[in-house]
Amino acid sequence: MVYLTRKIEFSASHLYHNPVLSAEENKRIFGKCNNPHGHGHNYALEVTVAGEPDPVTGMVLDLKELKEILEREVMRRMDHRFLNYEVEELKDQIPTCENIARLIWKLLEPKITQGRLFKVRLYESPDLFAECYRNGAAEE
Amino acid sequence: MSDELKVELGRRYRFAASHRLHSEKLSQEENCRIYGKCNNPYGHGHNYVVEVHVSGPVDAATGMITNLADLDEFVNREVIEAFDHRSFNEDVAEFCEQVPTTENVCVEIFRRLKAFPKAKLERVVVEETSNNTFEYAGRESRITLRRSSKRENQ
Repeated sequence: MVYLTRKIEFSASHLYHNPVLSAEENKRIFGKCNNPHGHGHNYALEVTVAGEPDPVTGMVLDLKELKEILEREVMRRMDHRFLNYEVEELKDQIPTCENIARLIWKLLEPKITQGRLFKVRLYESPDLFAECYRNGAAEE
Repeated sequence: MSDELKVELGRRYRFAASHRLHSEKLSQEENCRIYGKCNNPYGHGHNYVVEVHVSGPVDAATGMITNLADLDEFVNREVIEAFDHRSFNEDVAEFCEQVPTTENVCVEIFRRLKAFPKAKLERVVVEETSNNTFEYAGRESRITLRRSSKRENQ
């Protein structure tokens, strides 16, 4: 099995606020991420696809195709957007790194038809990231 | 694929510490041969980076596996405050007899963080330098060493 990873970066803003909770609880749980005007990050996304290289092309999947999938599913949806208001799928969720990574997994998994999506790692900053993978899928 | 989707949170921390690789069980010549310049009796130091991975259900109300403030407080208390600007050999009880290789440091950090009450500790990754990285995921797993270059700069 070969694991191929492609990295992209996008910039977006977000805020953490749950309307079900009181103002005090929101402040206590989310701290400065609760600022109503939001704040932003440079996100870095690493997408890993697992598969056997095709005997003819030598590729697990065509990187150009992966680039287009990432452009369509992630960049157009999230780059230079306010995640809470402009990303439909996140409207009822807190746009934490965990939830964004999970959404990206759900968007990409059905689109990757050569090889299979193995891992999504989303950095919110160089020191904080969330990772998604199928339970039981172990690296060989 | 039917198996469930797993989400992990990764957080990186830093500390600076010194160590000397020397085993009382080995002769002076063997220590010198095995550990090379890391056997220097005065020790030497590194800027360590510790990557902590935790997993668990993402809470629907907060969107979080664990509140970062809780994780930071736990890691700072259990690891960073105990190791930062210390000598492993002299200041950390576990390494008074055990050789403070980064393999052993990685396992010790995992042992200290395993009790984190808010999420499951998945793995600990320790970078001794940007070229040498060690990973440990608990008793049932192996320690993995990744060396990113053959440059002998440590």
